[in-house]
Amino acid sequence: MFPFTYTKAADTRAAVAAGQRGGRFIAGGTTLVDLMRETVERPDTVVDISGLPLGEITTTRSGGVRIGALVRMSDAAADRRVRNTFPVISQALELSASAQLRNMATIGGNIMQRTRCTYFRDVSAACNKRAPGSGCAALEGFNRSHAILGGSSQCVATHPSDVAVAFAALEASVHLLGPDGERGVPFTEFLLRPGNTPEREHALRPGELITAVEIPAHPRPLRSGYLKVRDRQSYEFALTSAAVALHLGGGVVRAAKVAAGGVGTVPWKLTAVEQRLLGERPSDRLWTAAAAVAADDAEPLAHNEFKVELLKRTVERQLRVVGGTR
Amino acid sequence: MNGERRTVTVDNRTSLLDLVREHFGLTGTKKGCDAGACGACTVLVDGHRVNGCLTLAVRLDGAEVITIEGLSRDELHPLQQAFIDQDAFQCGFCTPGQIMSGVGCIRERHTGSASEIREWMSGNICRCGCYVKIVKAVQQAAKGR
Ligand SMILES: Cc1cc2nc3c(=O)[nH]c(=O)nc-3n(C[C@H](O)[C@H](O)[C@H](O)COP(=O)(O)OP(=O)(O)OC[C@H]3O[C@@H](n4cnc5c(N)ncnc54)[C@H](O)[C@@H]3O)c2cc1C
Ligand code: FES
Ligand code: FES
Repeated sequence: MFPFTYTKAADTRAAVAAGQRGGRFIAGGTTLVDLMRETVERPDTVVDISGLPLGEITTTRSGGVRIGALVRMSDAAADRRVRNTFPVISQALELSASAQLRNMATIGGNIMQRTRCTYFRDVSAACNKRAPGSGCAALEGFNRSHAILGGSSQCVATHPSDVAVAFAALEASVHLLGPDGERGVPFTEFLLRPGNTPEREHALRPGELITAVEIPAHPRPLRSGYLKVRDRQSYEFALTSAAVALHLGGGVVRAAKVAAGGVGTVPWKLTAVEQRLLGERPSDRLWTAAAAVAADDAEPLAHNEFKVELLKRTVERQLRVVGGTR
Repeated sequence: MNGERRTVTVDNRTSLLDLVREHFGLTGTKKGCDAGACGACTVLVDGHRVNGCLTLAVRLDGAEVITIEGLSRDELHPLQQAFIDQDAFQCGFCTPGQIMSGVGCIRERHTGSASEIREWMSGNICRCGCYVKIVKAVQQAAKGR
């Protein structure tokens, strides 16, 4: 680990000012400390934001839920309002990492976590994300865990977060505080596809602090859930995952919110699947037909062709779990 | 630190794991991966189980840390006794982390069934494969709670 200066932000304003000067925020530290030890991250200044008042979960006036950036993953998952309104969020969190890590890690840090691509984590490997212009070792290397959606000739690393998949499905927004005040960014525009600038991963401007993630109200009753498929049963990142939320009324699907994880360079909103579901009568045939379009844009690599079929089956199964067998 | 007030000056790169092992000489807590991926370094900070390897020591000003050495005073902690009764270890390397994690798991009340315990103890890897008996040990200690 390279030496750094450690400071504690007294308030959000001071944090933003420190961030503008190039300081790196530390929340739970479970991504940052790990990557600093690997020397992937080399911040000069680490700004501890854990004392800031961003640890609240509130219900919004319209009936949505606002989760403060510093809420621990474990607390967000256990929260009664989150569990009751959006079980898909609680499930995605409880299927993430380990109990110990969830006790440390925060919601803001979670959506900002860096890819688990082994070439990104290995400073001796070529990686355009870590060292722009150096190439991408994954393209010709071992790319079994990499993205089949949203990749570019520069980078095919997946975004590893689970709860971000639920946030993408539910059309959440990210609340930010910067030098010029507050703003909100739709979650699906917050994380960026690699394109020609894989080192640019998110919409944050210099100094900007995530203050909260807000999930809007959805028609009720909303059934939702998260399915994660992985190489081992627990304490492992997703090969594929599906976040599904459905509102059924009058015998048809009135609202469908679907996204996939483990397959995209960003959490992947499955708009085509949602469209296929709307207005249709729930049935096993519908689940199969909708899931069939989940991987239409997929561009698999040498070692992850299996994700194409796995993604469709993951989505189909979770549609059936949430929507019911008929 | 284990009920004692300790003041130290350390390089700000020092992890909580290195603090307890190298500076306080408490070598019960183990370093398996140093990357959050094995749980051997599990300790309690302010009552919650966390990974010592990913915790910067400088962030713990005023915090209460309990390691395996501080879990109980005169008698063994019920979960330590349960690990012996159930023969829940072989080499013992993962055991301090398993026990600290198990204490957290019991406090969090995730001991309703064997599968619930397995899931909520999955943050602790045992290379000797003592999982079946570790689950039994946690069940035994949870019963006496
Ligand atoms: C072994 C292991 C397994 C894991 N498995 C999973 C898994 O299965 N699923 C999953 O989703 N995750 C998994 N994770 C990742 C884990 O969830 C993240 O490391 C964690 O959520 C990051 O949160 P943090 O608060 O610790 O972030 P930190 O490490 O503190 O910060 C991460 C990044 O976010 C920035 N940041 C933090 N807070 C803010 C803020 N408020 N505003 C702006 N920037 C901010 C920091 O500057 C830093 O760049 C795993 C991690 C490990 C080590
Ligand atoms: S040493 Fe901390 S998790 Fe492995
Ligand atoms: S007892 Fe040997 S690693 Fe668990």
